[in-house]
Amino acid sequence: MLNILDDTANPVEPFLRSDRMPHIWCPGCGIGTTVNSFARALIDSKIDLESLALVSGIGCTGRVAGYVKLDSFHTTHGRAIPFATGLKLANPKLNVVVYSGDGDLSAIGGNHLIHAARRNIDLKVICVNNLIYAMTGGQTAPTTPGHATTSTNPYGTFEPAFNLPHLVEAAGAVYVARWTTFHVRQLARSISEAFQKKGFSFIEVISPCPTLYQRRNKMGDGLDTMKYYKEKSKIKNGAPTSEVGLTLNGEIVVGKFVDRDRPDYQTMMRAQYVEILGERYIEESEMECVCG
Amino acid sequence: MKADPHGVLTGTHFLDGDHACCEGALAAGARFAAGYPITPSTEVVERFAARVPTVGGTFIQMEDELAASIALQGGVWGGAKAFTVTSGPGFSLMMEHIGYAAMTETPCVFVDVQRGGPSTGLPTLPAQADMMQARWGSHGDYEIIALCPNSPQECFDLTIKAFNFAEEYRVPVMFMMDEVVGHMTEKVVIPPADEIEVTPRKHTHKSVEDYLPYATNGDEMAHAGEGYKFHVTGLTHDERGYPNMTPPVQDKLVRRLQNKIRSAADRICLFEEERLHDADVVVVSYGITSRVAQRAIDAARNRGLRVGKLRLITAWPFPEKKIADLAAHVKAFVVPELNLGQMVREVERAANGKAKTFAVSHAGGGVHNPDEILNAIVEASRC
Repeated sequence: MLNILDDTANPVEPFLRSDRMPHIWCPGCGIGTTVNSFARALIDSKIDLESLALVSGIGCTGRVAGYVKLDSFHTTHGRAIPFATGLKLANPKLNVVVYSGDGDLSAIGGNHLIHAARRNIDLKVICVNNLIYAMTGGQTAPTTPGHATTSTNPYGTFEPAFNLPHLVEAAGAVYVARWTTFHVRQLARSISEAFQKKGFSFIEVISPCPTLYQRRNKMGDGLDTMKYYKEKSKIKNGAPTSEVGLTLNGEIVVGKFVDRDRPDYQTMMRAQYVEILGERYIEESEMECVCG
Repeated sequence: MKADPHGVLTGTHFLDGDHACCEGALAAGARFAAGYPITPSTEVVERFAARVPTVGGTFIQMEDELAASIALQGGVWGGAKAFTVTSGPGFSLMMEHIGYAAMTETPCVFVDVQRGGPSTGLPTLPAQADMMQARWGSHGDYEIIALCPNSPQECFDLTIKAFNFAEEYRVPVMFMMDEVVGHMTEKVVIPPADEIEVTPRKHTHKSVEDYLPYATNGDEMAHAGEGYKFHVTGLTHDERGYPNMTPPVQDKLVRRLQNKIRSAADRICLFEEERLHDADVVVVSYGITSRVAQRAIDAARNRGLRVGKLRLITAWPFPEKKIADLAAHVKAFVVPELNLGQMVREVERAANGKAKTFAVSHAGGGVHNPDEILNAIVEASRC
């Protein structure tokens, strides 16, 4: 049981699979920090952990699913969102969180990202954006800012990057926020807020990869990155997402950009079936158990 | 357990194979499907989309086959019986998640209404050229089960069987239709729900503390939201479902995944045999080709040739023992199929030189002329 008055225990430990520690993340990596904020948000929002499922794709952030003490699914590369869609539709009582990286969600999984936002599937997506493919050795991602050096752009990148908040807002997300791993409390608060929303919520967390991004771009170590995040982040709640694109070593606009309401997929589905089928419609929650 | 009567359209119907397959899925208890339109398979999910809101379930049309083939697995872990439906090009995209289902032991059904390939090939015309892809298409070592119906009635009956196998062995089951079987319309008799046996999910009876999701061959499944807080991964994993990428764990896991099907092959293998007692030549066929072959077999018998029939109902696991037993007594096998030689290789391998093998290949786009099969029977009788 969680006892926050016992200061000898780590308050987030009940949310972790302690038997899987130590984790694989590098010193200075920001993913563990985001998990800490996520666990704090679970405490704050008093979410029922038994009805919470977490789905990850592949990559460094994809490993989050293996470390949280929840029903957790480590799926295939890019497919966390469609897996989560099936999970949510078949079991509407679940709270479903997708926790994955920028390459997973916006490159190989980019099509699923925009369609889940368009449909407004009730998913909370936490996207840890370290600006590269880290697990495979620091290759260029769709999020890598121009002129950054990566293992596949050794002379610097030149293709334009995705501005993820702008992308998901345009596709239909009802909640969009961005923080860095310096903003641990704001991040936890945004995750808590997303749990209050019904629909597709997207939280981007800018996170360092000291091993492969910071080092290669001569940005120092993990601590230097925290200083950079502190000095160059600008909180602009409600900022137009078209203006929050990232540049190499440039300003990072953070905050809650979008908070709006529109009916989620299952609400629209039920309304349509009730209107057309009337009493012939049987809700999926009335499904018979397949277990005999 | 008996079928949930909500999903069973008891009565005598005039249905095509695609629609009959959908009714089989509903009777088997499928309450979630994710699909993506592709000829000649789409009618299966079109019917499901119309039917399922009235039986308590969900259909979603996803953005592509990659999404459909993993959304259905989310549905399974959410507690539903689930399937997807596609044809060749979509089946190619789904290979990723057939591997995921095999690795995570997710019970589910993939329907492939085969059309001519490679690539876009012949969207509206038949082939049986995905048979090896069904077995070997995803990377790594794994085993699946594949069924081959040859009529709309079998599309109904064997779809139920496919779901039952999926649950019994916690394995993805390939339902290998072809365009002709999918689009031919015949009488389909759907029995009352209490006459349809469906295999329930093998849900764990253990406590949360004692639960090991991957300890045995499939009697340990739990669903999300029940408090088990289990982990599922496509990585090599131990009995707890935790990643463990060491050669001993890989060896134990991959051999177990393979052996759970191989060791049960005798119980899984289904085939139809006819006039084998005195046969010199055996025609081995499946799907629509088995019905064309029937005419050739009858014609050969009328000419006094001693020819028998072995129709494969399960293509995978392949009935190796049956072929080996027959090979000891017959002169030759004749294997017509709508491809340039796929299952014939298995027949040849299982016959192991004891009987000859004659392929009657057809590149797809139509069915064989029975005379081509008859000629092969005549040639085989002379060998």
